[in-house]
Formats: sequence, structure tokens, C-alpha cells
Amino acid sequence: MATSLQQRPARIVRLSPRRRPARSVKMSRIILHVLLAVGGFLMVAPFLWMLLTSFKTLPQILANPLGLFPAPWNFANYVDAWNAAPFGLAYWNSIYICVLTVAGTILTASMAAYAFARIEFKGSKFLFILFLATQMVPQQVTIVPLYMIFSKLGWVDTHLALIIPAVLCNPFAVFLVRQFIRSLPVELEEAARLDGAGRWRILFSIVMPNIKPGLAALSIVVALGAWNNFFLPLIVLNSENQFTVPLLLSQFTGQYGGINYSLVMAASAISIVPMLIAFLIGNRRILNSMAMSGMGGS
Amino acid sequence: MTALLTKTGAAVAPPVERKEAGWRKRDRWWGLVFVSPQLIGMIAFVLLPFAVGLVLAFAQWDGLTQLTWVGFANFQAQLADPVFLRSMLNTLGLALITVPVGLALSLLVAVALDRLRGRTGYLLLYFAPVMTSSIAVSLVWQQILRADGPLNEAFTKVFGIPGPDWLGDPRFVLLAVSIVTIWSSMGLNVIIFLAGLQGINPNVLEAARVDGAGPLRTMMQIRLPLLSPVVFFSTVVAVISSFQTFDVVFILTKGGGPENSARTIVYQIYDEGFVHFQFGMASAASIILLVLTLVVTAVQLGLQRRFVHYES
Repeated sequence: MATSLQQRPARIVRLSPRRRPARSVKMSRIILHVLLAVGGFLMVAPFLWMLLTSFKTLPQILANPLGLFPAPWNFANYVDAWNAAPFGLAYWNSIYICVLTVAGTILTASMAAYAFARIEFKGSKFLFILFLATQMVPQQVTIVPLYMIFSKLGWVDTHLALIIPAVLCNPFAVFLVRQFIRSLPVELEEAARLDGAGRWRILFSIVMPNIKPGLAALSIVVALGAWNNFFLPLIVLNSENQFTVPLLLSQFTGQYGGINYSLVMAASAISIVPMLIAFLIGNRRILNSMAMSGMGGS
Repeated sequence: MTALLTKTGAAVAPPVERKEAGWRKRDRWWGLVFVSPQLIGMIAFVLLPFAVGLVLAFAQWDGLTQLTWVGFANFQAQLADPVFLRSMLNTLGLALITVPVGLALSLLVAVALDRLRGRTGYLLLYFAPVMTSSIAVSLVWQQILRADGPLNEAFTKVFGIPGPDWLGDPRFVLLAVSIVTIWSSMGLNVIIFLAGLQGINPNVLEAARVDGAGPLRTMMQIRLPLLSPVVFFSTVVAVISSFQTFDVVFILTKGGGPENSARTIVYQIYDEGFVHFQFGMASAASIILLVLTLVVTAVQLGLQRRFVHYES
């Protein structure tokens, strides 16, 4: 697998068409569009259904299970869902965990990646292979001892358990940033080197600014992972005021929601809003970063 | 300026060499300094827990009372436990359904999108589930898959017979989990395959066309072989991630489904470790998961030699 990783330099793949072959509209093309549209509809149908249901009242759902559109549109579910659980607090928790995780990961991953890409030091090859190997260990294998370490450190039921390991251990990020740095010409750093700039300075004022698009892409991948993470918060967080959005949402099956379908759907809609807005704004960059994450390998 | 001089002028060479030497000496330390945050993290949060987990798998411990060594008893107990065996079968079954079907569908969509105008719109549709948290997704599907939910309404209308109780009937729960898993992960594979297809040199395709290869032949003999490293890599990743299925099972089936019909190994680890506080048992289950992952990955790497084509 290592060879397939090495052979593929991380690069931004243009997913939007540049060259448009001038061709007549063919029947096959129309069929293709119809099939893709049907498939696309199936992909978003659950979201549409969630939205429609979230505006219905429970009696409406029960009285007319076949009805698609709410009549009348009922916005109270959103207010109820927001008030039923501490959503505001969960949002704040998720946002700041996300921001700190992204900022920290970019810093530590860039440092390690720069060392692996540009500094010859004893054991660097061995360490790099070790980094790649640790990626193979599923998180579930280490989760029990990890929990004990957290409890020794007093991190259980705190956000430190979510932020610190994520920031300090992300081999995939190190690998990806290393690929970006390797694609830079060494000459770029040499001038600064000769002028007496230290490694630290070179990293911050020459290397990192030059791989900004790559770092932005990595940020998106890391942010998505942090925002949607469920397994670790489920295990380390106990108090409701510490909950992240997905964890709070998971409570809606039993504690808050029960069989109040519309309330559950409103809560689900509330929970996915930030990521969907981010996606609509930065969709091209997100798609590119994901394409790249596949090339980098994770 | 200095950089230009170093390239051309021999006059500046001696001082450069001296500086370079000084750099290299100090760089040894800088290398370790720069790597240290990630290195500490790897040791503290992967290697150390991994080693402890290996040890714990051979002990009986509830986190409070005395730890006792039990040898292979945890492994024997797990492998004799019908619930664990069921979870292992479910995990393998889930991979057997979701990986081939999910990747084949993704490949079809990626190929269809490859040379299509206005593909961004479709991409947004296919990618939306990837952006969404698995918990929200599972809650929505839980409602959709209800025996009296919208999916079965449509089913009844089309076929005239009532649809299955997806989440209540042990025969259908794993299928339901598979559908949700495929739906939510497809977009990512579409993007990755599409990027691979877009990366194929157009000259190669043009050459094939000039040589008289039709679209089907180009696909089978040029596009797919050139894409095979990407497909292989996605397969390995998809198998590993399907082995780690937890979120969907946790929400959709309220913890494993009727008769543990959708319980996965990771759910077993969670249940043993964090519900029943049998840390030794949980560790043993997690080691079994790791071995399973390694074996399947090794088999895949072996198959790679035969089926994956690398550009030389």
C-alpha cells in the first residue's frame, strides 16, 4: 500500500469542467441525465422528508401518513426541539472544540510534516513509517486503555479528551501536509536559509503560506471529523452541559423524542444546519479537499 | 538574490558550505523538536493504549477491583459466546454487502459524471449525506424505515403488498443498516473515483480512440485499469471502515436490533467495556477486530498484485 501512496502526489483535482467538448445532444446523454437525477433525488430524499416532517404536528403525521406537505406549516417543532435540550450549549461546545482541533492540528501536523519532508535527522524514516503504521490501528482497539489514561489525567467528562489527542495525533494530516511540502521547490526556502532564518521562521513565513490551499483543504476534513465525531464523545462525556451536537442529538431517540417524530426531525435538521451551510458556501473547495483526501489516503 | 548567486556563482560557495554544515548539525535537533508534538501524541494516545490493550486482553478487570490474569480465557469466552459470534458474522456480512455494492454504485456514478457537463449540481446531491453527522442521518432513516414509514408506504403502493418491518424483523435489520451505510458513504467514493478518472491523461484516451477502440473497450481496457489503484485503495478503506460500524447500529437499531441481528464487533466492544465494565473482555474483542482487519487487509494486498495496474 505504501507504494500506492508514494506514487500519488497530493494535488487538487479540478472537478468542474474546463474543456467542454462540443457535441450534439445524444439520446444516451439524456438517459444518463435522467438516471443521475433519479439517483440524486434518492440521495436527498431523506433530507427532504426530514424537512417536511419537521414542519408537521404529530396528529398530522398520524392522521395522514401518506401526506407529503404539512398543512398548515408548523414552526413550533423547531422552538420545542431547541428548548427541549440544551442545543445552544451543545452548539457552542461543538464549535469551539472544532476550531481548537483544526488550529492545533494544522500547527502540529505542519511541524511534523516539515521535519519529515525537509530535515534529515536520525530515525526520521523509521518514525515516518511508524506514523503510517499507526493509522492502521482502529480507534476501537485502543479505546479501553485510552479511557483509563483519560481518567488518570482527569480528562473524563472534559473536552480535553476530545481536543488534545485529536491535535497531537493525526498521522493522516502529517502525511498529507508532507505531500504538500514536498511539492514545493526547495529553492523557495534556500534564500531565507542563507539570510539566516531559522527552521521555525522558514516554516511559518515561507512554507505554510505557500501551502495554504492544501492546509485549507485539510482544515475542512479535520473540521468535519471533529464536528461529526460520536464514538469518543459518547464514551468520555457524561454531563449534559458538556455534550457536543451529535451526542445531544443521540439523546433524542429516548430521553427527549420518544415517538414524537416531528420533534426528532426538527432536532436533526437543527443539528445539520452548520455543516450544510458550510457545504453550500464552500462546496467546490470541500469536494476538492475530499478528492485529495482519497488520493492522500485515509 | 543570494539564492540566484548560489546557483551560478562559485565565488560564494565556501561560506555557503560552512553555513550548510552548521545548519545540518542544528537540524538534527530541530527535526525532533518539530516532530515531538505528534510523536508524543502517537506514543500517549496510540502506542501506549495499544500495548495496555494487548495486556488487558489477558486479564479480568472491572476498573475497580483487583486485576486478575486469566490467560486466553477472554478470547475463549468471546469466541464461545453466541452473541459475539453473531456480531462477528454481522460485521463480515455488513462488509460483504456494503463494500461491493457501495463501490460499484459509486463507480457507475463517477463514470457517468466523468465527461458530463454541469456535474457539480449532481455532485452536491450525492455528497450531501457525507457532510451530515451519522447520528442525524440514522435518526432520519429510523423514521423512514418504520414499518408504517414512508418507504413501506411507497413499497405497498408499488407492489401491492406490505413492506417488511425493516428494523423489527431480524431478517431485515442488517439489510437496513447496509442501505443506510451505502447511502451515507457513496458520495465520498464518487468524488474519489471521479478525481481518479479526471486524472487520466486525455492523450491516452485519444490514442485509444484513434486506434479504433469504442467507448466500452476504452472503459474496460484503459479507464478501469488506470483507475485500479484508486479502486483498490478505496476498497481497503471501505472494508476497514465497515469493520468499524457503530454509529448507525447504535441509533438505528437501538443497540443491535432484535436477536442481536445487527450487533457489530465495535458495538460488542462498547457493550462489554462501557456498559458492563468488562475491560478484559472488551480488549479481547478489540484484538479480535484488529486481527480480522489485518488478515483481510493482507489478503487484499495479496490480491492487489494480480489485479491492480500501476503506471510505471
